[in-house]
Amino acid sequence: MTGTPTRTVVAALIRKDLRRELRTQESLPAMALFSVTTFVLFHFGLDARSLEGDLAAGVFWVTMLFAAVLAVNRQFVAEREEGGFDGFLLAPVDRTALFVAKAAVLFGFLVALQVVAVPAFAILLLEPSPGPGLLELAGLLLLADAGIAVVGTLVGALAVQTRAREVIVPLLALPLMIPVVIAAARGTAPLWLEAGAAAVEGRWLLILGLYDLVFGLLAYAVFDYLLDE
Amino acid sequence: MPPTEPEPAPAIELHDLGRAYGERVALSGVTLELPAGRTLAVFGANGAGKTTLLRILATLLRPHNGEARVLGRSLPGEGWAVRGRVGLLGHDPLLYRDLSARENLRFHARLHGVGRGDGRRGGAERIEALLDAVGMARRADEPVHTLSRGMTQRVAVCRAVLHEPELLLLDEPLANLDPGAAAAVEPLIGPGAGLTRVVISHDVAHGLAEADLVLGLRGGRQALLAPRAETGEAAVRELYA
Repeated sequence: MTGTPTRTVVAALIRKDLRRELRTQESLPAMALFSVTTFVLFHFGLDARSLEGDLAAGVFWVTMLFAAVLAVNRQFVAEREEGGFDGFLLAPVDRTALFVAKAAVLFGFLVALQVVAVPAFAILLLEPSPGPGLLELAGLLLLADAGIAVVGTLVGALAVQTRAREVIVPLLALPLMIPVVIAAARGTAPLWLEAGAAAVEGRWLLILGLYDLVFGLLAYAVFDYLLDE
Repeated sequence: MPPTEPEPAPAIELHDLGRAYGERVALSGVTLELPAGRTLAVFGANGAGKTTLLRILATLLRPHNGEARVLGRSLPGEGWAVRGRVGLLGHDPLLYRDLSARENLRFHARLHGVGRGDGRRGGAERIEALLDAVGMARRADEPVHTLSRGMTQRVAVCRAVLHEPELLLLDEPLANLDPGAAAAVEPLIGPGAGLTRVVISHDVAHGLAEADLVLGLRGGRQALLAPRAETGEAAVRELYA
């Protein structure tokens, strides 16, 4: 007997998650609202549209990380509470398809969030124009988002099995994502210098790429066991 | 003497099956053989281990003791070969509340590869036929959370048989169904479907009427195992005493 092709399963899971999000709007609007509200608070708290360099990059990436935690908290709730895990496990499928689909959806949410968050950050807080170096910024965003999506999905699957999901997610995810914040913030800082955008250091891109690869492989190897009872 | 018909190969073989949740033993010492195409009726009071047994057979729980073979495959090692050949209808309908009945069934059809090779049409035709059969075609585009429990159960029946399983695992399958709905799902999950079935029921008379083999559980232990012909209602009712 042959199982259902993994790409068919991944596509079905992604389609289902996006359809649910369109109906419930439980993750993406909360992430966007949280990010914009944080930027507004910093705008008034710092009493100026004055951030640049390291500080700007740090504020931006920490906000992105906390926004991601909101989505990670909700990622597997329907699977747990509406029998999605059982329905999935009863089918002749490769279990890692669930990991791939969930990580892809989280990645998509982060990209969609940043379509809103980057302009909002530029308007509310960023001193220099983000225009120059936009392409490099996009590259950094995609690499960092991939890392957050992989680790977030792993932690989300682990945390949903516990009663204290909303405590476990930040407790596990945030320390694991520190390398992403460091590399992404250090990589982004030269792009947001008051004197004008400088080149991104290649090592930060390399670190992000390695992080994505290592955690991607790790998650792929252990995800099956997380679904066991 | 006329030749006797050979007994079909067993669809379920359990030997000293057991399962615990931490310190609490939920199931212990269950041993039985169910030939293919027959119905096993499982009786027992709340907490007797009936649902645990069903979830082990569905490959959703690992047995901690003994041996289990389902559809000729050993569990849990060959669970991958059993998945997709089993239809589970439990307490939980396994339907996403914010999706419609049709969307839920399409999703499960894709997971099970229903209509694979026929393009989308094969799966869609099967879904429509099932929705028609249970009288849910008209309400199939409404979110599941807006449906009554009986309607949700009818959709759950469609979900359980969508992929034409060889073995049906049914936990109170007629719960919440009115007589009309119960009659509508009967050809899909009843004895007439011709499938191997494990049915948990608290309706002793109805459960016995459908059974070929009767299993009674008490406190997780096998308290009764007998062919239907040798079991009376009184013996089953004792399990609840």
